[in-house]
Amino acid sequence: MNDTPVAVPTTLVEITLDGEAVRVPKGSTILDACRREGIDTPTLCWAENLTPVNVCRVCVVEVEGSRVLVPSCSRPVEDGMVIATDSERVRTSRRMVYELLASSVEMDRADREVHEWMEHYGARPERMGKRSEIATVAQPVKVQDDLYVRDYERCILCYKCVEACGDDAQQTFAIATAGRGFDAHISTEHDVTLPDSACVYCGNCIGVCPTGALSFRTEHDMRLAGTWDEDIQEVTTTVCSFCGVGCNLELHTQDDRIVKVTSPSDHSVTHGHLCIKGRFGWQQHAHS
Amino acid sequence: MPDLYFGAVDEATDAEKAAVDEAIADWGPVTIRVSERLVHGGRARMRERRHLLLPALHALQRAAGWISPGGLDHACRVLEVPPAEAYGVATFYHLFTHEPPAADDTVHVCDDIACRLVGAVDLIDDLRTGGHHVKASPCLGQCERAPAVMVQRRGRPDLTVTATDGGTVGVTEVAVVIDSGVSTPSVTVPQTGDPGLRLLARVGVVDPTSLEDYRASGGYRALEASVALGGDRVIAEVTASGLSGRGGAAFPTGIKWRGVADQEGRPRHLVCNADESEPGTFKDRVVMEGDPFSLVEAMTVAGLAIGAEQGWLYIRGEYPVAIQRLSGAISAARDAGLLGDDVAGSGQRFDISLRSGAGAYICGEETALFNSIEGFRGEPRNKPPFPTTHGLFGEPTAINNVETLVNVLSIVLTGSAAYAAEGTERSPGTKLFCLSGRVNRPGTYEVEFGATLGDMIDLAGGLLDGSRLRVVLLGGAAGSFVGPDSLDLPLTLEATREAGVSLGSGVIMVFDESDDMVDTVRRIAEFFRDESCGQCVPCRVGTVRQEEVLVRLGRGAALDDERDLLDDLAAVMKDASICGLGQTASGAVRSALDMGLLADIAEGNGGGGQ
Ligand SMILES: Cc1cc2nc3c(=O)[nH]c(=O)nc-3n(C[C@H](O)[C@H](O)[C@H](O)COP(=O)(O)O)c2cc1C
Ligand code: SF4
Ligand code: FES
Repeated sequence: MNDTPVAVPTTLVEITLDGEAVRVPKGSTILDACRREGIDTPTLCWAENLTPVNVCRVCVVEVEGSRVLVPSCSRPVEDGMVIATDSERVRTSRRMVYELLASSVEMDRADREVHEWMEHYGARPERMGKRSEIATVAQPVKVQDDLYVRDYERCILCYKCVEACGDDAQQTFAIATAGRGFDAHISTEHDVTLPDSACVYCGNCIGVCPTGALSFRTEHDMRLAGTWDEDIQEVTTTVCSFCGVGCNLELHTQDDRIVKVTSPSDHSVTHGHLCIKGRFGWQQHAHS
Repeated sequence: MPDLYFGAVDEATDAEKAAVDEAIADWGPVTIRVSERLVHGGRARMRERRHLLLPALHALQRAAGWISPGGLDHACRVLEVPPAEAYGVATFYHLFTHEPPAADDTVHVCDDIACRLVGAVDLIDDLRTGGHHVKASPCLGQCERAPAVMVQRRGRPDLTVTATDGGTVGVTEVAVVIDSGVSTPSVTVPQTGDPGLRLLARVGVVDPTSLEDYRASGGYRALEASVALGGDRVIAEVTASGLSGRGGAAFPTGIKWRGVADQEGRPRHLVCNADESEPGTFKDRVVMEGDPFSLVEAMTVAGLAIGAEQGWLYIRGEYPVAIQRLSGAISAARDAGLLGDDVAGSGQRFDISLRSGAGAYICGEETALFNSIEGFRGEPRNKPPFPTTHGLFGEPTAINNVETLVNVLSIVLTGSAAYAAEGTERSPGTKLFCLSGRVNRPGTYEVEFGATLGDMIDLAGGLLDGSRLRVVLLGGAAGSFVGPDSLDLPLTLEATREAGVSLGSGVIMVFDESDDMVDTVRRIAEFFRDESCGQCVPCRVGTVRQEEVLVRLGRGAALDDERDLLDDLAAVMKDASICGLGQTASGAVRSALDMGLLADIAEGNGGGGQ
């Protein structure tokens, strides 16, 4: 790393991306290069504010000379790399990743792009067999306190919550992956409840969850009551007033009531992460 | 590391605390530096004691018969590991349990492909009826003396029960071993005394517990020679010999060593991969039980050559006899100055830590193995970067299979030219093969590269009386099936590659016309489902869906309806999985499909097995 404050000229490397010769900064990932060049690429486990874990494999591309496909989200470009992002092999693998996930996990609350990509690749999860006859991660929802709800039948094991709770943001390490193989799941130690764990209720795990497996209790309760309606929600941006750090808050309101608080993941202070005060302080106000 | 939160309600018992403390003290001051978990890209991990987590978990399991919340909490406090992460690690391994034990002894019965041919499934029933606490196990690495049993004991050393000559294993045999506390004796190899043996020469001939006898039979002459040669020339000899890795990928050993030796100025590691969990594989066990000093000597030669001060011997937890022999050999070598601060007068330091796995095939994958030693879940890392530059603790590491390493002794002793004179030009030297299934004399065999599949079956005494060869599983569960038309196939790297198959770990498992191949293929699919680490989607879910298809076929579903799905599953697992487990998980199934072994089911004949 360079400590000098002057701007260091960026070294460029030349790669071939879907037949086009392009120059991209050294050290970028293939995904960065794709985005620069306007090549839309699906991701599930990648997020701009987290270290890539490259586990979902939906972002794979074909790199000449590599026996297997390569995760674009984590692989740095190399000079002379020849990359295909829309070959038959790539399309098959991406479609299969969606089919495998959607056949085992409840995806109805996943981000909208997920559904668009599934349609794009023609994913048909139903051909894996009837839900009742194949293995799924179906299980009862965990409601253990007033703030969080964990609904692991919606979990695709992207590791984002574990990273946000641990090294990448919160340094709390309340949750980790436990078990192995298809039984792998996100858990506290010995599956104790969140109130009995190291959890500090920063909400950062919920902030990064792409499938609605983790949600705020408000949202859960409103969904149960049939009143949750994202289409009529408004988002107002403000700065948190609890301390002097200056975290950006996005207040999601429905019918003039705050229903959720997030922070933009590209914000220089928060990188999308908050603490319990910013995330839930409004609730204390409302309650007191 | 922030303040950690410890919430366990129950305290650890005194026995648990003592066990953890002893396990940690036992390992002495191993110098561990900044480590890096590569899958998370470059994040510094200053967790000096984290690598003691796996030994601590073993200690807890042994002391209490399970990993209790209080016990785990204690280990976490001592090692400064977040309890949720430690729980994640503990639940990764089959040999750790998380409920109070049902009995002092857990009887793990292998019901994998070789053992189920000889009644393992019935044995499980019989033992349960007999009141034992039984768990079905993946391959225990004892296929030449199937069926196999491993008894995991609270407070006492584990035991192995296997068939002896011509016999089998029943409730009585298991009871006898448990009562006596002595495992079934190690087997000698069928070729004992054959002057052509290189790697197996001492097995069954020289007392494996005696350093003196090892030396009297030529042991430690290679170390002496390599100290005289110096590291660079040892590496040059290994490169010139053409030795390639015997762990499955056949990578040239000399090139790997050169790559690590060139990382001067950085701490380097030598790791011996003794995880041997590929179904059908038992060759490394035979070497480790029968000639443990040869492995310790070979690791020392390798360590000095690449400039590593620390060697790590990672052995699967289901090999109690080998673990005991190797621990003995390491201490004896240390006492004799053959390990330690000045190895055999070389002026170089090299020592070996033995670490045992706890029931996870995936920990044989090299980067998963590093994570396992480091005290993390045995999840493979994405490559590149490769171990030669970013291996154990993020530092340059040479990792080699047991058989690969033991080859180095004769290369150093006789020179690369003499070594390469055996075998073929592109597959020099000798090779160990694991013969099992329907042959007369199953066992580990050593031959010069070039012998054909038919030669190997003949060497093992041919097929059992009245048996007719149906197929051979070549290379293990990660390998493929070949038919009688492959009997003339030379088992060299070049010939197998050309034929589109792989020698893998040297497995040759023979099936006859009476064997239920549908059941065998389904068991292979089940193996991958059970052993997937669960990290990446193609393998975590793909192996499950693959097994489901095979179960459906077994129940009479039409193959034509499932073929597209099988093709797509194979494609995504092979192309998009992170590691070799997912990438090979469809290989044997595909080859069975191609050979028509699965078509049997569609025709309703169930493979001829019932
Ligand atoms: C799923 C999986 C399991 C493996 N298990 C073993 C093993 O038990 N022993 C082994 O030596 N290599 C095993 N390997 C291969 C190792 O990753 C690595 O290639 C080998 O240890 C290198 O040593 P070599 O060059 O001496 O063969 C395994 C690979 C995979 C993908
Ligand atoms: S291929 Fe399987 S074993 Fe390998 S990393 Fe992926 S899930 Fe784990
Ligand atoms: S987004 Fe690249 S592997 Fe998940």
